[in-house]
Order: sequence, then C-alpha cells, then structure tokens
Amino acid sequence: MRRMYDEELADLDTSFKEMGLLVSETLEKSVQAFLDHDRESAQEIIDNDKAINEREIAIEKKSFEMIALYQPVTTDLREIVTILKAVSVLERIGDNARNIAISTIHMKGNKRVAEIEELIGREGTKVAKMVSEVLDYYVNNDVSGTEKISSEAKQVSQETNEIRNKSIKAMEDDPEIVETATDYIVVGGYLKRTADYVTDIAEWIVYKRTGKIVELNPGTSSYL
Amino acid sequence: MTDKLLKTENVHLYYGENEALHGINLDYDQYGITALIGPSGSGKSTYLRALNRMHDLQDNVTVNGTFMFKGRDMYAPDMDTVELRKQIGMVFQQPNPFPFSIYDNVAFGLRISGEKNKAVLDEKVETSLKQAAVWDEVKDDLHKSALSLSGGQQQRVSIARALATEPEILLLDEPTAALDPVSSHKVENTLMALRDQYTMIIVTHSMSQASRISDRTAFFMNGNLVEVNTTKQMFLNPVEKETQDYISGRFG
Repeated sequence: MRRMYDEELADLDTSFKEMGLLVSETLEKSVQAFLDHDRESAQEIIDNDKAINEREIAIEKKSFEMIALYQPVTTDLREIVTILKAVSVLERIGDNARNIAISTIHMKGNKRVAEIEELIGREGTKVAKMVSEVLDYYVNNDVSGTEKISSEAKQVSQETNEIRNKSIKAMEDDPEIVETATDYIVVGGYLKRTADYVTDIAEWIVYKRTGKIVELNPGTSSYL
Repeated sequence: MTDKLLKTENVHLYYGENEALHGINLDYDQYGITALIGPSGSGKSTYLRALNRMHDLQDNVTVNGTFMFKGRDMYAPDMDTVELRKQIGMVFQQPNPFPFSIYDNVAFGLRISGEKNKAVLDEKVETSLKQAAVWDEVKDDLHKSALSLSGGQQQRVSIARALATEPEILLLDEPTAALDPVSSHKVENTLMALRDQYTMIIVTHSMSQASRISDRTAFFMNGNLVEVNTTKQMFLNPVEKETQDYISGRFG
C-alpha cells in the first residue's frame, strides 16, 4: 500500500498547493482592490471566501481519512500533520484577504492620504509575495528560506507601526480623516497578522523536514 | 452490472448442535476488496468457507440460507463443486504449494479441467504468475520445487494458482498472517493490483491491513454480522459501538 498511500499523499499535497495559490492570489487582489478603491472586486473576494473555506474542509477531511486508514508514522505522519496545521493557517490568511475587502467596501469616498496608501500598497505587495514564497519553500521542502521569512515579517511589523503612526498624525491634523485613517490602521493590522501566519507556515515546514517544532515569530510590537 | 455478483441471505451454520452463524446477510458487487474482520470465533472464517462450499467435506456441518452466485443457487444439488471452486478460488493462511514444481502448481487447476495444450498452459502460467506479482522472481526457475521458495513467494504462487482458472471471486483466509512485513507488503500490493479485475473477500486479523487495502469492511462478532460499510466509514465513523470498540482495540 505504499504506492496507494504515496499517491494519495501526492494528491493531498497538490490540493494544498492549489489552495495556497488561490489564497495568495486572493490576497494580492484584495490589496489591489483596496488601493484602487474597487468595491466590485472587493465584493467578489468576499463572495469567493466560501470557496477557500470549502477547500480547507476538503483537505482536512482527506487528512483524517488518511490517518485513519493508513496510520502513518515518521515522515509520513509529519507530512500530514504539517498539511493539517498549515491548511488552517492558509484559511486564516484567506480570511484576512476577505477582511481587507470588507474594509475596502466600508471606506466611504472620504478623504484619502496618498502617502499612507502607498505604504499599504508596498506592504501588501510584500506580504502577498511572502505567501507565494513560503509556498515555494513548502513545495521544495526547503527550510533555507525560514530566516528570510522571519526577517521579512519583522519588517512588515515595522511598516505596520509606520502606517499606524502616520495615520494617527493624519487624524490629529485633520479630524475629517479619522474614519479613513482608522481603516488604514486596521488593514495594516491584517497585513501584519498575515505575515505572522506566513511565519507559522515556515515553522511547519521546518517541522516537516526535521521533526523540530520551532518559534520563528519575532513577537515584537504586536500592538494590533 | 446492476445485479449482485454474489448474494448471501440469512446464512445459518451449525457445527453439530452448535450454531456458529446466526443469519448473515451480505452481498458483493463485481470487483473490489471486502475485508471480514472480527475476533477469533466470530464466524468470519466459517462464513468465508461457506462461500465455496468447503464445509461439504465435514459431515457434522449444516449450512442453511441462500447463496446466489451470478443468479444461481450455489448449494443446488446439481451444482458442480469443482466448477464452482474454479470460479470462486481460495487462498489460505499457510502458503500451501503442492510438492511439485512452480509451473505444475500453477497449471494444476487447468490440467484438472482438461487443458493439455502446452502453449496454452505456458501462457496461462506466465500470466497468472505475473498477475500475482511473482513472475520476475521465479521466471528462471519455473521447474524448481515450489517448496523451495520463501513464504511470501509461496503465497504469491498460491494466489497465481488460484488465478490460473480465471475465477470471478477470490477468497482469502488471512493470507498474510504467516508472512513477515516485507512479504505481506508484496502480497497486499498484489491484491491491490487485482482489485479492478476480481472480486476479493479477505478475512484478516490485521485492522491496519483491512483499512489499507479494502474498499468495504464487514465486522463479525459472535456469529453475527454487526456492521458492514465502506472501509472509510467503518474506520472513521462506524455506527455501532461494538465496531468502534473493536476497531479502536478496546477489547472486553
């Protein structure tokens, strides 16, 4: 049954990667929609979130089946555990993309601050890239990029701080900007959390490769 | 095929006065593997043996119930048991090659049914050994005694012998219980490769074997069929508590 198990594991792996790709594309789209003030595209992301959740459930169900039917051990067990843990993280990243879309719709054609939106755009692009990066590491079973991910997450954290400070400053200068700037802070928070999730996935890749459970999250300045 | 390949209804079996099976109802579609699991004495092997009339040879056994194989009553007085066993083959726990060559073992059933053409026999022996996934290991020694093979090879030759008569159904009574994990693995692979061409019914004490290779699992206890369902369902979420306890290893 090696053959059977390996085939099923390969299928599961493919589903996981497909879901990862979908989530990473959705995140990119949601950042873009936020920058373009594109409510239509944001609504589409909200509507499609269900599809991401359904994928998560299908992958979990398949993992349970494989554990029950094949009682995997050693690397086989770690691989399934990794998928099972990482798939929930992917789903939460999908939720963050949806939350950004909700903010996009929520923002009423109020005043904008171009400088802050530019920051959010840069941060969003970076985080979306991190998601696709960590999936590549997953696909190649490669742990060499974990430090890079960890330091990128640290940068994202700092950028979120910057967004926050600039937003507060903008509110102080002009009370009319309060509603918009609050959304900037919230979206910055979603992006920061997403970067932390990417680090979580990197931790599970380390577990899959080595069997060691590590902590890569910097754990600094998590005011959000 | 909409009709069941094999239907067994209300099967009661007695050893003398002692009722060993209390009315088993179980049907089989064409192809796939059904695993029969349950503790020793649950009746699963007794039931399996009834499926090719093995109990005919014991005089204190009474079998009641309906056994319809391809729409024909298996226990009808005019049923030819040699013909029946060609179509419903059996592989036992202990590999049981006959004390002659590998070739003659596999050709045995065909010769009994009158096949003399050497080209036909050669071809059948080769195909069967290939199907049983042992050809590559024995092809240069076909005329060596089958008894000189390892246990795992002997078991696969036994499977090849059962396959040579082109049965519809293969009954397997704990076919890997006497084998080491490597040989068991090879036999399991063989069975998996055959699941699209044969209907197999396997008695096994290994829960992990049942879960790995079967499409459907039937749980026997105290001569009753407690539950039958797809193997996925049985191992993830069985209906009966008895099934759940047995599969989880909570005995008694």
